[in-house]
Amino acid sequence: MSKTTNQKAWILVVPVVVLVAFNALIPLMTVVNYSVQETFGNNVFFWEGVKWFEEVLNSSRFHASFMRQLAFTGTILLIEIPLGIAVALSMPKKGPWVSVCLVLMALPLLIPWNVVGAMWNIFALPDIGLLGRMINGLGINYNFTQQPAAAWATTILMDVWHWTSLVVLLSYAGLCAIPDAYYQAAKIDGASAWAVFWRIQLPKMKRVLTIAILLRFMDSFMIYTEPFVLTGGGPGNTTTFLSIDLVKIALGQFDLGPAAAMSLIYFFIVLLMCWVFYTLMMRDEEQ
Amino acid sequence: MAKITLENIRHSYLPEPKKKEDYALQQIDAEWSDGSAYALLGPSGCGKTTLLNIISGLLTPSEGRVLFDESDVTDTPTTERQIAQVFQFPVVYDTMTVFDNLAFPLRNRGIAEGKVKTRVNEVAKMLDLENSLNKRAAGLTADGKQKISLGRGLVREDVNVIMFDEPLTVIDPHLKWLLRSKLKELHQQLGRTMIYVTHDQTEALTFADHVVVMYEGTVVQVGTPIELFEHPAHTFVGHFIGSPGMNILPCEMSDGVVHFAGNQVRTASTNLPSNGSDNIEVGIRPEFVEFDDEGFPVEIIKVDDLGRHQIVLARHDSNMIKMIVAEDAQIPSENPCISFSPAQTRLYKDSWVID
Repeated sequence: MSKTTNQKAWILVVPVVVLVAFNALIPLMTVVNYSVQETFGNNVFFWEGVKWFEEVLNSSRFHASFMRQLAFTGTILLIEIPLGIAVALSMPKKGPWVSVCLVLMALPLLIPWNVVGAMWNIFALPDIGLLGRMINGLGINYNFTQQPAAAWATTILMDVWHWTSLVVLLSYAGLCAIPDAYYQAAKIDGASAWAVFWRIQLPKMKRVLTIAILLRFMDSFMIYTEPFVLTGGGPGNTTTFLSIDLVKIALGQFDLGPAAAMSLIYFFIVLLMCWVFYTLMMRDEEQ
Repeated sequence: MAKITLENIRHSYLPEPKKKEDYALQQIDAEWSDGSAYALLGPSGCGKTTLLNIISGLLTPSEGRVLFDESDVTDTPTTERQIAQVFQFPVVYDTMTVFDNLAFPLRNRGIAEGKVKTRVNEVAKMLDLENSLNKRAAGLTADGKQKISLGRGLVREDVNVIMFDEPLTVIDPHLKWLLRSKLKELHQQLGRTMIYVTHDQTEALTFADHVVVMYEGTVVQVGTPIELFEHPAHTFVGHFIGSPGMNILPCEMSDGVVHFAGNQVRTASTNLPSNGSDNIEVGIRPEFVEFDDEGFPVEIIKVDDLGRHQIVLARHDSNMIKMIVAEDAQIPSENPCISFSPAQTRLYKDSWVID
């Protein structure tokens, strides 16, 4: 049997190829182009090889913002994932309150990033913000525009407020998918509440949690708008995360070569971490 | 081990049941004697699982009491009732090995590890799971997983009753046979009370000493397979058990005799109802309908040859009558007439048998 060939089919693929080319491939290749060349304007380019890559990888500024980024992402994951699971576990499984809870949970997710940043900026201002005034009223000296620790705490609190809901909704979906028979069998087997969580709920939530962790990792690792609006990366450089730093180099200093090299490195770090995490999580499944 | 008594059990899933239809269980009084094998048979939605969950304590009945021997356990939680239950779909703890899965009910009850080990090995041997004890439970096939569920039901020695809720639904047909005979064998070996829920009559009749037939939230008959076949107490039992089921035909009482479509019918019932009673039916199994020149005329609609016997569908007036005749029997081609064997013809009023 010979296959029928119809070369006209390629025409049907063309729109997708064009779309992907314009929204992903060509911009990415432009970045690759900038990362290996130097330009002084007028579209004149000089070949620089891997110079920018070496410069970025050896720059203490990059190291510092990378470490800040790791610390930020690590902290919010450590808070949001357990908190999200805990909230999902305490949500009702049926009844009229289910929809109320779901809508309340979804609300923060519907607010645009820059609005979240602006909201928290005003909310946390020590002189006029509700939160800032309250904390100072309790006798704690709090000013997120001047104290690095306060700036960090506020940024993390903002992210937890904005994104824990996502983890809650995913975990809740995972929990609801567990058949009743598991809980009934656990009762018959005399399992404790902890054993039910550890042996049934957590393993059954594994897939949705993998997705939740991946999404939260990628999103928080690339976070830009919210801290930019809230703290502008300050005080000093204390909340300058990778993407804020990248924009400063590319658009503030107009160092296109190093900025291009840095975005490629940034891109590969995200890709690598996702791949490592996903492989680790899925390794058991395949056995 | 204990005798289990259900007293006036009624259950509704609604908070304030009013009508009869609000109740999933209408009125159940039953006694399950220690050490017997019971099958709970009935169509989907008749309340079998509800009844099982009431015995195991996963549900508290709206009304009535559950007794284990003489003690009232109606409000005792599941964990303290010492019962085992196997569900329709396999439940395994994915992150544990097969061994740990089987050991789970024992370890939760603080049984010494040495004892756990011997028990688990015994159960694994009964179910042919010995070779996969160290495997992760998540990697097993559906029937392997269901064996683990069965194993967790069998592993405890002190249980009052083991209940199976349609446990073989997900199992391949040829393994179904094996596992069912295995269960039967285990029952004989262990002498534990077992209740087996199913909607499959073959399963019920092969497994159990006593079959409890349920219909619309009530127990309509409890009996041995033979009793259910020969003496159905309710028309539902008549047509649910047997293949094809009992013929249930409308009839009237006049002049002190039973008439079916104008023909006099003799039945095994002696307490005949008064003339003109409503809702009277005769029930006759297809096995006991025969061709008889003295009988009443029928028209033959269809003959199905099943290889070991033939099923004849005949019509008299507007009534369809099924009959089973021997494989080699001649089916009369002209003016066929049939009659009912009187000893096997039963009279039903409002669906219940009249003796």
